[in-house]
Amino acid sequence: MKKFMLLALLCLSLPLSYQVQAKEAEYTTGAPEIHGRVMGVSEELRCLVCQGQSLSDSNSEFAVDMRAQIQEMMEGGMSDRQVVDFMVERYGDYVRYRPPFKASTVLLWFGPFILLGVGVAVLYTNVLRRRKQIDETPLTEEQHRRAAELLKQYSGENKA
Amino acid sequence: MKFKFLLPLVIFVVMAGFLWKGLSLNPNDVPSPLVGKPAPQFELSQLHQAEQAVSRDSNLGKVWLLNVWASWCVSCRQEHPVFMQLSRMGEVPIYGLNYKDEREDAIKWLKDFGNPYTISAHDYKGRVGVDYGVYGVPETYVIDKQGVIRHKHTGPVSAQALRETILPLVRELKKG
Repeated sequence: MKKFMLLALLCLSLPLSYQVQAKEAEYTTGAPEIHGRVMGVSEELRCLVCQGQSLSDSNSEFAVDMRAQIQEMMEGGMSDRQVVDFMVERYGDYVRYRPPFKASTVLLWFGPFILLGVGVAVLYTNVLRRRKQIDETPLTEEQHRRAAELLKQYSGENKA
Repeated sequence: MKFKFLLPLVIFVVMAGFLWKGLSLNPNDVPSPLVGKPAPQFELSQLHQAEQAVSRDSNLGKVWLLNVWASWCVSCRQEHPVFMQLSRMGEVPIYGLNYKDEREDAIKWLKDFGNPYTISAHDYKGRVGVDYGVYGVPETYVIDKQGVIRHKHTGPVSAQALRETILPLVRELKKG
């Protein structure tokens, strides 16, 4: 009965997800190959009014207008590269999701690796130090004797 | 390593410093690459006299403000009194770029609230807006005598921003 209910629920939710997909596909009005290029380029560009989303993710008026403009420019013969350059010229490097490599973005690109390096260095020195500590304190005769005694005692108990 | 116990404190201070700085940054403030570059050309019909054109070059030789606005824009209402006051002072001409707006709505808006603009250009399709890197309305540009953008203000202009940033810049540019 439970399984049947679940199945029924799943079937009910199917048309819903269909609708959602249909809505997302309305993004552009162009020919299929232009549509693909528009979506490709707009995935690389930031939606400036809904920062965190790309132009292709967003249905804000800004993003819709931008996609329309990108499509128009592509239909006018501009290459993907030229479209991105056009946007960077007006909105700055910030519109690109993959910022270009230059002096002001060095930290952005290498920061994580530097942090990783620092982490590895700290871990390495810590491990080395600990190993040294272990070497420096060998067991005394007395401790050896007690350890042996304890071992004997417990193995005897286990057998019993 | 006598001061090792201070390490967490140092890390805390550094992180607090970054976070404090982060609090005062405005994420909507996207640095415009257009500052210091010639203002993009445009030729649009005037809002009130549709048959007449207005272009960037009609202002060459003057320091002027370009204010992007629309009747549908709520924050434009907020900055509107500031521009009304500025236009009464008569210190600098304010040109409006009416952005993605219906002509009748825009004209009615100016009739209702007052018109601070020398001329408003009607950018119905928003294409000139894109050339100027407009992504939120209102936005305001300070443009010098050579037609170069010297400052961009994103969001409503407050009386303080006008007094402390825009007007001093305008006065300095007028001298030059």
